[in-house]
Amino acid sequence: MNYQANEKGYYGDFGGAYIPEMLYPNVEELRTTYLDIMNEPSFKEEFDQLLKDYVGRPSPLYFAKRLSEKHNTKVYLKREDLNHTGAHKVNNTIGQILVAKRLGKNRIIAETGAGQHGVATATVCALMGIKCIVYMGEIDIKRQAPNVARMKMLGAEVRPAKSGSKTLKDATNEAIRDWINNPVDTHYIIGSAIGPHPYPDMVTRFQSIISEEIKWQLKEKEGREHPDYVVACIGGGSNAAGTYYHFLEEPSVGIIAVEAAGKGVHSGESAATSQLGKEGIIHGCKTLLMQTSDGQITEPYSISAGLDYPGVGPLHAHLYKTARGEFYSVTDDDAMAAGLELSQLEGIIPAIESSHALAIFNDKKFRPDDIVVISLSGRGDKDLDTYIDYFKL
Amino acid sequence: MNRINTALKQDKKLLSIYFTAGYPSLNDTAKIIQDLEKNGVDMIEIGLPFSDPLADGPTIQESSTIALKNGMTTQLLFEQLKDIRKSVNIPLIIMGYFNPMMQYGIEAFCAKCQEIGIDGLIIPDLPVNEYHEHYQETFEKYGLINVFLITPQTSDERIRFIDSVSNGFIYMVSSASTTGAKSTFGDTQQQYFERIEALDLKNPQIVGFGISNKETFTQATKTAKGAIIGSAFIKHLTNEGVDTIDKFVGSIR
Repeated sequence: MNYQANEKGYYGDFGGAYIPEMLYPNVEELRTTYLDIMNEPSFKEEFDQLLKDYVGRPSPLYFAKRLSEKHNTKVYLKREDLNHTGAHKVNNTIGQILVAKRLGKNRIIAETGAGQHGVATATVCALMGIKCIVYMGEIDIKRQAPNVARMKMLGAEVRPAKSGSKTLKDATNEAIRDWINNPVDTHYIIGSAIGPHPYPDMVTRFQSIISEEIKWQLKEKEGREHPDYVVACIGGGSNAAGTYYHFLEEPSVGIIAVEAAGKGVHSGESAATSQLGKEGIIHGCKTLLMQTSDGQITEPYSISAGLDYPGVGPLHAHLYKTARGEFYSVTDDDAMAAGLELSQLEGIIPAIESSHALAIFNDKKFRPDDIVVISLSGRGDKDLDTYIDYFKL
Repeated sequence: MNRINTALKQDKKLLSIYFTAGYPSLNDTAKIIQDLEKNGVDMIEIGLPFSDPLADGPTIQESSTIALKNGMTTQLLFEQLKDIRKSVNIPLIIMGYFNPMMQYGIEAFCAKCQEIGIDGLIIPDLPVNEYHEHYQETFEKYGLINVFLITPQTSDERIRFIDSVSNGFIYMVSSASTTGAKSTFGDTQQQYFERIEALDLKNPQIVGFGISNKETFTQATKTAKGAIIGSAFIKHLTNEGVDTIDKFVGSIR
């Protein structure tokens, strides 16, 4: 089985580039150049150097002793939360800003839901001295005030998306419309492994540093490169894609995906896309997405703002359909409990997105000698208000 | 012969109007179509509303949102149109995004279009290569003309490919933009119109995006076969309702 995008951007039945003709030149320029750019020695050198000196990579692979004892298995945490800006998102924005520079673009646009990708984009634009415009749903702007302030402090312009449901999917629509209206000077930094080809593949490759490091770090610690399982939470699926990437063709490694069940998969307030979604087109990509029987895209719900995307990246739709990945969904309550557990067992407050991955122990029993690597995709600082409200701290 | 091809053979510039089905009120669809024909419009694009219309500007986004809130669905639109051919003879095109059509089932959708008397489709997010490889046979089996967009950024080579796959007209997007009224056309548009004219394509071209009044209609049709007005007509419906369609069409020509 092949888990790489083919030349048209398909992972099995999913992917492709379902874009209006107005976007064709922009996307085509990227499609025909991204691999060559990424393979240039000068690009690799600059990318690696920034990841090391600016982001702080490699991120530690931490053996979580007390968590392991509690769940009677061997748990390692991949500490993406320790990256500059507090999450894995920056791996991709560093990569894409370097691509944009080589394409001669002098204006960057991005979409953001919770604000993490917006902050990571504003950060790299400040670093490179490039103009940055971030589209964010009007409702999310109100919910995520600290990240809006961060983006502004970094010099970005935050534009409210006022159409449709005024959240992440509408911010993405607005960014796409901006790109249609500015086809020459602008690069669109998509934050997840979604969108038209080549975005899912490009974002996955930039995030694949996560699994590349896991391999050699695990070799140092355990004498073997391959864990028994890799576990990650999935919204659009960029941290998951990066965590799985180098293990996809290795059948001995179990791939575990954790989606947000919200208030319960069948409660009507959920973001469990693989279970609730049907095949369709969202933001230029054929994948699984939550929609009405009439094909209108619906608004998902999760307590975690980073997981409430109505679609899922095409790689993950393929992993689901081919059963290469085991998909679970975790409720708000179980995720919050897992976040509290990690805080008190290991002294690490995780992002609520990552807390979903940490709640896997409720659903899946591992053997005592299994090595389970969990992607700790982000830190919990941004979620403190939600934790405070929830636990009445 | 398909009504679109017949209309294109007429010795005049064609005025085509877009509106969003289900807007301003759910059941205005048939009346709007009948009034447009009565007032001399040559072709109509019936917009099938979508929750995430990413090629559209604020006016059509808003009309789509309201149409969906009003309860418009693919099935209901087909229901509203089932007797339309008893009263209307001009070409009717459904314009919409691909996802709702996929959910209806592409073959079922095409069959229904043929049954009702729909002549063609415009699907902005179905790229020409996907269409050519996977859907062309089905569309043609049901006698539907699929219309593709080109923009000032589209290369000559790609325009020629689009021309080869098309069998009705080519939808010339006037500038790099989403839909929505803009007041005048500048030199860039003129050069683009002339470049396309010089390609001597087999399919006639109809200009859309940014056509809002008599002036832009006249400019756009200097070289092209016709022009499409969307957002400006939606604004008219918003401001004046569905009873003065004659006034709007009269102001264009």
